[in-house]
Amino acid sequence: MVFDLSQAPQLAAALAPDLLLMGGAMLLLLVAVWRAESVATARSIGVLSIALCVATAAVIVWMMTRGATATPEIIAVDDFRWVTDLIVLVGTIIALALAMDYARDESLPAAEMFVLILLASAGMMLLAAARDLIMVFLGIELMSIAVYVLAGLNRRSSRSAEAALKYFLLGAFSTGFLLYGIALIYGATGSTDLGVIGAAITSQSVLTSPMLLIGIGLLIVGFGFKVSAVPFHMWAPDVYEGAPTPISAYMAAAVKAAAFAAFFRIWREAFPSAGLAWHLPLWWLAMVTMVGGNLIALAQKNVKRMLAYSSIAHAGYLLVAVVASNEAGTAAFLFYLLSYTLATMGAFAVVMVVGTPGERHQEIADFAGLWQVRPWLASCMAVFMLALLGFPVFGGMGFFAKWYVVGAALNSVSPQTHLAVALVITSAISAGYYLAVVIAMFMRPRADNAPVPRRMGTPTALVIGLAAVALLVFGIVPGRLVDVASHSMPDIHHVKPAGPPMSALTSR
Amino acid sequence: MHDFLASIGYNSWVLPALLLIPVAGALILVVQGALAKDDGGLAAAPAARWIAFITFVVEFVVSAGLWWSFDPGTSAWQARVTLEWIQPWGARFDVGIDGISLFMILLTTFLMPLSVLGSWTSVRVKVRSYYELMLILTTGMLGVFMALDLLFFYVMWELMLVPMYFIIGVWGGERRVYASIKFFIYTFLGSLLMLVAILYLWLHAQNVVTHQSSFGYDYLMQHAVIGSREALWLFAAFFVAFAVKVPMFPLHTWLPDAHTEAPTAGSVILAGIMLKMGTYGFLRFALPLFPDASMTSWVRSIILGLAVIGIIYGALVSMVQPDFKRLVAYSSVSHLGFVMLGIFALTLQSVQGALMVMINHGISTGALFLLIGMLYERRHTRLLSAYGGIARVVPMFAVLLTLVSLSSIGLPGTNGFVGEFLVLIGAFKSEPIFAFIATLGVILAACYLLWAIQRILYTPLDKPENEHVPDLNRRELGIMGALAIVILWIGIYPAPVLHRMERSANNLVQQVQAGAGQRTASAAMGAR
Repeated sequence: MVFDLSQAPQLAAALAPDLLLMGGAMLLLLVAVWRAESVATARSIGVLSIALCVATAAVIVWMMTRGATATPEIIAVDDFRWVTDLIVLVGTIIALALAMDYARDESLPAAEMFVLILLASAGMMLLAAARDLIMVFLGIELMSIAVYVLAGLNRRSSRSAEAALKYFLLGAFSTGFLLYGIALIYGATGSTDLGVIGAAITSQSVLTSPMLLIGIGLLIVGFGFKVSAVPFHMWAPDVYEGAPTPISAYMAAAVKAAAFAAFFRIWREAFPSAGLAWHLPLWWLAMVTMVGGNLIALAQKNVKRMLAYSSIAHAGYLLVAVVASNEAGTAAFLFYLLSYTLATMGAFAVVMVVGTPGERHQEIADFAGLWQVRPWLASCMAVFMLALLGFPVFGGMGFFAKWYVVGAALNSVSPQTHLAVALVITSAISAGYYLAVVIAMFMRPRADNAPVPRRMGTPTALVIGLAAVALLVFGIVPGRLVDVASHSMPDIHHVKPAGPPMSALTSR
Repeated sequence: MHDFLASIGYNSWVLPALLLIPVAGALILVVQGALAKDDGGLAAAPAARWIAFITFVVEFVVSAGLWWSFDPGTSAWQARVTLEWIQPWGARFDVGIDGISLFMILLTTFLMPLSVLGSWTSVRVKVRSYYELMLILTTGMLGVFMALDLLFFYVMWELMLVPMYFIIGVWGGERRVYASIKFFIYTFLGSLLMLVAILYLWLHAQNVVTHQSSFGYDYLMQHAVIGSREALWLFAAFFVAFAVKVPMFPLHTWLPDAHTEAPTAGSVILAGIMLKMGTYGFLRFALPLFPDASMTSWVRSIILGLAVIGIIYGALVSMVQPDFKRLVAYSSVSHLGFVMLGIFALTLQSVQGALMVMINHGISTGALFLLIGMLYERRHTRLLSAYGGIARVVPMFAVLLTLVSLSSIGLPGTNGFVGEFLVLIGAFKSEPIFAFIATLGVILAACYLLWAIQRILYTPLDKPENEHVPDLNRRELGIMGALAIVILWIGIYPAPVLHRMERSANNLVQQVQAGAGQRTASAAMGAR
């Protein structure tokens, strides 16, 4: 089916999953406000939220199988969007499940937590769909504002408050950069529509215009903040450490995934010509992020901070896929996102279990001898660590994810051999900190006074178990996923503008 | 026997079965653990040992059929099984054997049940996990020896790394964490470079029209388009990965630590099987894929030089070790030097000899590590100076240690002689100087091992704590008896073994020489 997006009903139909999620979230908010605040209410809202996500995913799968497409307008209807949506929803469901147990164990009867997660996810889905810079901005704001609140949700913790404030201030800053970048790009090309921009910059005068270059630079800075690429990463460790663990997991995985997806689409559609001036900064961004993230992670003692730096390093690996800027790069990017989401969120879940209650015991030393008291938990954590390291079989699909990115980088029009080699070498460095956790868990004795982690709730247990199993299974038979990923390309429409007005939104 | 095997379609399922049986055993152990509700420690030991042991015996029996079903008259792949795996990338589950891998597989399946028996009583914590890891490790090792698809090969190559890392790091000696991380980092770094090289080959074997490629071994040999300069780099990447594993001087420093700190079974597997993966990698991948790079005269001189340095250096360092286990560990550096010499001398005899040394070293050094383990269980020390004159107290142990040491030295009539002798006469044909220096290594081997067993067994019995050491029990005699039979059998009548590997070795030598010759010929044409 082909949606004609200039017609409001068809636009609404093309946005059906997003609208379903937003509407459902509003409804749940009303229910939450209506009921007395209690842990039981929060839990039932959590269950309903997960059900809502599953329903949204079902709609997405249905539209995907129908092969829906659309006319080039403010949103895209293509497999790239759907697959990103599904990955975001996987992350959302994990975050919701973890939040259910977190709310119970920390006795934090905050039903609004689930609603905020849902709203943030709606923003992420908008980001995945946007093919207009204004829509990108809307998506980013919807996502970020909800996440600012989520970071500070643990009202009793001063670190949580600090995290929220820090995230908010720096986030606001980065939004400013982003918006200014969008304005300059609009000034240079006369449009915010990605396809129109892509067509406009083929002319020499636009291509070399300083306004465009500065605009793109600011755009990179804005996104660099959101995906926490070095040197725009300073906020990430503090915020991840202070925020409630389920929210840290959510930020490290889903927020990053969505921001990257939008960035990816912009890059592929609006600024496609690889090897041009703006690819050099991106190249360096990838390089510095990989090296910086991995080196600083080596020095971390706190697992949450270590995971924060690890997520920075992975942003670097994903940037390699962006720089490769080819079809293999897109497929590798999606494949990588799923693997990374499962592994990172699984690892955060284990951290949550070990640190409960009160978010203590998050040093690597606190994991010593975990194998002796919780063998399955330790084994799953080992799988997550090896997956992040990119190790075959025991790290499951983590290996194929890195492999895919390296392959895409080498297979690019201008082969990115140096980036590929840097990726491999920095991955080897990352063994230093991922294995530190494994060594602690399996090879060090348990301290005498170390508390045995509490029994985890069913949702957390399911999250950890299923994530590990999924990683392992897809690590042995990745064929089907590779197939899906390699067919999920963003539709690219480079239309020569017939003269202003160029798109529905700018003409308004 | 041949007809019986054919009637059950043996060749069409044996290799996948060999990969799956250990996995099945590991799963049984996991299920048994879930049902038993114990902590997986000593209480779980009897069941875990028996399940693992029976699995390995079944594995050995299944693999033994290869001896008869193998057709020595051809160098083509046998018992080949190919299944689709990751279609978009052209990666397949592709296994098959020739005369080279046949013996590596048999060596593995033969040593595994013995190493389970060898750690029967010495492993006392987390027993079940220990055997689970051993089983998974076996799948990885066998996968390496039978893979004919480079991606599958790489996955198997890494698969075996993690279980061994845990075996050393959890059940090892005092400095186990250090040894295990060193082992991991060395191997991992080496293999990452190989990964990039594999990927590079794959990209340069793409079909120009369809952009399809494959990781198939034969496919890459025919279709990979690489210049001679690139070939050198790619060869270097493979070289590092394999040379770490062999280990070649100067990349050997992980070996003494890992071998010494590992539990007995770990040392047996490391020395007996895992070191062979490096040399096997050279024979199977590095040489045939890059014949001209590996046969460039300076590259070859460097490698032969390192091999000979390894032979002499390993032997000299062995001589001064106070710790018996460390002594044997360094002797591996020396023995594997012979293998590398044989491979890169590249004559039929030297390659066959190298293969023989690989088998013999697996058996003899495995046996030595088992004996050291048995001694350690009794006296809890491995220092040579703690013993003396115990031949009178433990006569059976003394007989077996002497026999195994003599086979490791390479006394005629034992298996060790056949391999080193073939390597040396083969190498004398093409590389007389290197072969001459290597001969010294044989003499040195006699020095360090004879001196060591003299200090343990035959000096006066002057320490009171050595007077009541019990002799070998029936389990231990069984292990050593099986090894002694093989030692003598190969030593006295090696013909059936040599016969089975001849075609494949010959084919390899010709293939590499032809590949290198082609290059020289085309260079000569270009010069004209």
